[in-house]
Amino acid sequence: MADPILAIDELVKNFGALKATDHVSLDLRPGEIHALIGPNGAGKTTLISQIAGTQRPDAGRISFDGRDIGALSVAQRARLGLGRTFQVSSLAPEFSALRNVMLAVQAVSGSSFRFFKPVMRDPSLMEPAMAALERAGLAERAHVAVAELSHGERRQVEIAIALAMKSKAFLLDEPMAGMGPEGSSRLTGFLDGLREEAPILLVEHDMNAVFALADRISVLVYGRVIATGTVDEIRADPEVRRAYLGDEA
Amino acid sequence: MMTRETTFNISIALLLLAAPIAAHYAGEPFYVTLATRIAVLSLAAVGLNIALGLGGLVSFGHAAFFGIGGYAAGILASHAFAGSPLIFGLPGTQQMPVIWIVAVLFGGFAAFLIGLITLRTAGVYFIMITLAFAQMIFYFAISWPAYGGEDGLPIFVRNQFPGINTLNPLSYFLLCYVLLGLALLLFRLLADSRFGAALQATRQNDVRVASVGIPPYRIRLVAFTISGMFTALAGALFADLNRFVSPSMLSWHMSGELIVLIILGGVGRLFGPVVGAALYVLLEFWLGGITERWQFFLGLILLGVVLFARGGVIGLVAGRARHG
Ligand SMILES: Nc1ncnc2c1ncn2[C@@H]1O[C@H](COP(=O)(O)OP(=O)(O)OP(=O)(O)O)[C@@H](O)[C@H]1O
Ligand SMILES: [Mg+2]
Repeated sequence: MADPILAIDELVKNFGALKATDHVSLDLRPGEIHALIGPNGAGKTTLISQIAGTQRPDAGRISFDGRDIGALSVAQRARLGLGRTFQVSSLAPEFSALRNVMLAVQAVSGSSFRFFKPVMRDPSLMEPAMAALERAGLAERAHVAVAELSHGERRQVEIAIALAMKSKAFLLDEPMAGMGPEGSSRLTGFLDGLREEAPILLVEHDMNAVFALADRISVLVYGRVIATGTVDEIRADPEVRRAYLGDEA
Repeated sequence: MMTRETTFNISIALLLLAAPIAAHYAGEPFYVTLATRIAVLSLAAVGLNIALGLGGLVSFGHAAFFGIGGYAAGILASHAFAGSPLIFGLPGTQQMPVIWIVAVLFGGFAAFLIGLITLRTAGVYFIMITLAFAQMIFYFAISWPAYGGEDGLPIFVRNQFPGINTLNPLSYFLLCYVLLGLALLLFRLLADSRFGAALQATRQNDVRVASVGIPPYRIRLVAFTISGMFTALAGALFADLNRFVSPSMLSWHMSGELIVLIILGGVGRLFGPVVGAALYVLLEFWLGGITERWQFFLGLILLGVVLFARGGVIGLVAGRARHG
C-alpha cells in the first residue's frame, strides 16, 4: 500500500475538562476519500483545525507529505498543499467570488509582495481562478460579491479556492451543508472524480454522500475514534450503530 | 466610461489646483497656504489610508511618523544653518530631496519597529499600543533639549528644492501638490496589485488569507511600514510649511486628526483623505473664525458621518466601494 500523505499520531486537544481530541490517530492515503463522521460536538472540526494549523494540539504529531508540520503556521501548511474548506464559509465578503479564488492562485503562483501590476489585468491570475470556479460550477456568478452569494454558492467558492491552491490533500469540513439535494448530488459526483487529483479527508453528515464516496470511514465520538473501516464494515459495526448511525445504516 | 467616483475625484483634484492659483494671482497668499495645508494633511492621511483603509489597521499612533518626518526636516536644517555636524561628522542639509529621503527612511524604519510589536495584537489592543508608542516618542521629543524640547525647533529659512523658489507660496504649494499626486498614484497601484489584494483580504478575513498560504502578519507589517513612510514625508513638508517643528506634531491629537480626516472623506477610498483634509481645514478656518469651539461642530459632523454615511463624503457621492 502507498505511504499515507497525511498521518496523525496520538493527537490530543482539551478545552478545559472537555476532551475534544482524545488520542486520535488516522491517516489519508493517495487516491482515497477518507470520511470522518460522528455526532455534533464529536470534535471533527477541531481535528481539521489542528491539521490545518488554526488550532494547536496539546500533544501528538501530524506529518504531511513526509514531514512533521506541527511547528508550521497555517500559511506554511497551506503552501505545502493542505487545502481546507470551512464548515462555516470563511471568505473575504467584499470581494467577488473570482477575487477570492484569485487570492489562492496568487498564493501558489509566487509572491504576494508585488506592488504595481493590477491583478484585474493579470490573465495569469484570472484564468486559473476562472477555471477553478468553472469546475466548482460557479462561473456565471464569478463577479458577484461573496456577501451577496447564497450559502450553497459560498460553499462552491470554498471548493474553488481549494482547487486553485493545487492542494496535495483536501480537508473538507461538511462541504454539502447548505447546498440542497440537487447541489449535494452534483458535488458528490464531483468529489468522486476529485480523489484522483488529491486524496480527501471528508467530514460530512450527509450519509448518502458518505456511503457513496468513502473508501474508508472513521467514526469520532467524544473526541475518540471508535472505529475505522470500509463502508460495509462501518455499517455493520454495532458500536457505531449505537453511537451514531442509529437507523440510517 | 468614467465612474462617478472618478469624475468626482478629478473635480476635487482640479479644484485643489485651481483655487490656490486663483488666490495667488488675486494677491491672497493666505489661501495658498491654506491649500498647501490641505495637500500636506491629505498626503499624511493617504499614508494612514494604506494601513487603516486597505488593511483595517486602526493606528492611533501615526503622529509618530508625521513627527519623525517633521523632526528630520527640522534637525537637518538646523545643523545646516548652524554649520554644525550631525552624528558621525555628517553635515546637515537644506536640500528638500535629501530631507525627504531621510524622513521616509526614518519614518519607515520606525513604522517597521512599531509594527513588529503592535501587529501581534488586534482590535482595541492595537489602537492602544500604537498610541502608547507614539506617546513614548512624544515625551522623548519633549524632554530632549538639544532640539528645542517642549518649545520645538524653528526652521529659519524654508529648505530648498533645485530650480524652484520654495519661498514663493504658490511654488511650494505646487511641489506639495505634485507629491500628493504621486502618492495617490502609488496608493492606487498598491491597492490594485497582488499585495493590495492580500492586504484588503486580511482586513476582511485573515484566517482565509492564511488558509490559502499567504502570511497575514508579514503583509500587514509591510503595509504598516509603507504607510509610515508616506506619513513621514508629509511630516517633512508640514515642517517646511510652518517653518517650525514641535512635539505637537507627535501628539495624539494629530493621530486622531488623521483618523478623523479619513472617516470624513471615506475610509479606503482613493480621495477619502483629500476630501477629508479639505473639509477639516476649511471647517477649522470658517468655524474657527466664528467660534472657539469649532471642534464641537466637527464632532457633530463626524457623528453624522458615522451614523448616516459610513462611506464618508465619497460614499455619499459615489456609493459603496466596488472591488471587481
Ligand atoms: N474554541 C473552543 N473552546 C472551547 N470549546 C470548544 C472550542 N471549539 C470547540 N469546542 C467544543 O469542542 C467540542 C467539539 O467541537 P467541534 O466543533 O470540533 O465538533 P464537530 O464534531 O465539528 O461538531 P459539528 O458536527 O456540530 O460540526 C464541542 O463540544 C465544542 O463545543
Ligand atoms: Mg464541525
